[in-house]
Amino acid sequence: MYDIVIIGAGPAGLTAAIYARRAEKSVLVLEALSYGGQIIYTPVIENYPAAADISGFDFANNIYNQAVNLGAEIKFEKVIRIENSDSQKTVFTQNGSYICKAVIIATGSLNRKLGLENEDSLAGRGISYCATCDGAFFKNKPVAVVGGGNTALEDALYLADIAQTVYLIHRRDTFRGEEATVTKLKQRDNVEFILNSTVTKLIAEKNLTGIEVSNKDGSTQTIEVNGLFTAIGRIPENQDFADVVNLDKDGYIIADETCKTNAEGIFTAGDNRTKTVRQLVTAAADGAIAATEAIKYIS
Amino acid sequence: MAVIKVTTDNFEKEVLNSDVTVLADFNADWCGPCRMLKPIVEEIASENPNIKVVSINIDDEDELADEYNVASIPCVVVFKNGVEVQRSIGFRPKNAIVDLLGE
Repeated sequence: MYDIVIIGAGPAGLTAAIYARRAEKSVLVLEALSYGGQIIYTPVIENYPAAADISGFDFANNIYNQAVNLGAEIKFEKVIRIENSDSQKTVFTQNGSYICKAVIIATGSLNRKLGLENEDSLAGRGISYCATCDGAFFKNKPVAVVGGGNTALEDALYLADIAQTVYLIHRRDTFRGEEATVTKLKQRDNVEFILNSTVTKLIAEKNLTGIEVSNKDGSTQTIEVNGLFTAIGRIPENQDFADVVNLDKDGYIIADETCKTNAEGIFTAGDNRTKTVRQLVTAAADGAIAATEAIKYIS
Repeated sequence: MAVIKVTTDNFEKEVLNSDVTVLADFNADWCGPCRMLKPIVEEIASENPNIKVVSINIDDEDELADEYNVASIPCVVVFKNGVEVQRSIGFRPKNAIVDLLGE
């Protein structure tokens, strides 16, 4: 039996592992994909205290090595459900099951999709969720960015240096993202704002060749683009735990700053928790709190 | 077997004319998920001596990326007898990459 099983090896989960190991608790971290989570998609981190210029990849490696060197065990298995009884918890993966005293759910979130036909089959053939990964493929080609938050604005600015034209498509007429970035975008000759509009159809042969865009006023237009970068937010990955912990209407696990869920001995940390600021530093903070609370619960 | 670095010059010889199944990893140094995938691809290469694993840097080999419609990385393509039979995009866990080989 493990003291603590942590689901997710992103910054929240690995920080929890570090704190739990330093308290000499036995720790198993279960990760469905790669350690590091979403941060590996960030080329440079500039807002983490005392690490003003580090790549997401290096950050992920550092925190992973720190947790492993302290004795955390990490297995790459996808968790499918948790069984909660008073005396112990059982975490089931696609490969097996693990018994423990406390669980920390730190599964983060996934990119929200547009929900259009052929979206999945065109991923990697024009549809992208990572401008910094895939922008280079669209040198001097027309592209579109969908969304109104900081990610969408920053993606558009990044792509404006590479692509021929960047169409920024947003369903409202104002942006949630920072005004300073909007101002920078307005100064670019090759950025065109298409507001009050949504993408309603993907046009493709083998690769994406264009999109149909519908305006609130009922009009539609077809725009030729080779790339479509989607940045319309993220969705938490908690659906497999809905039977053991309470979720809010958007699917986030309901927990305050103590990271305690409604279920005794089950804690949550990071982007999948109800909170207002989802940043690297708040994920790490959650990890520390969740581990501390889990340690308290065990003893 | 070690991972072989492939360029436009040796692509035909190493990939298209290969007698064995080829797993081609299209990547770039600046791509975080590609760097995450790299050790997994290396493991697959050393554990499967019956296949050939090659690495293609898309910055140096943009013609190959273009020719094979690679527009998102990491991108793993499996070739059998010079023909693409499987493709996966983005970081995938090791078992998913091994499954692409279909062996």
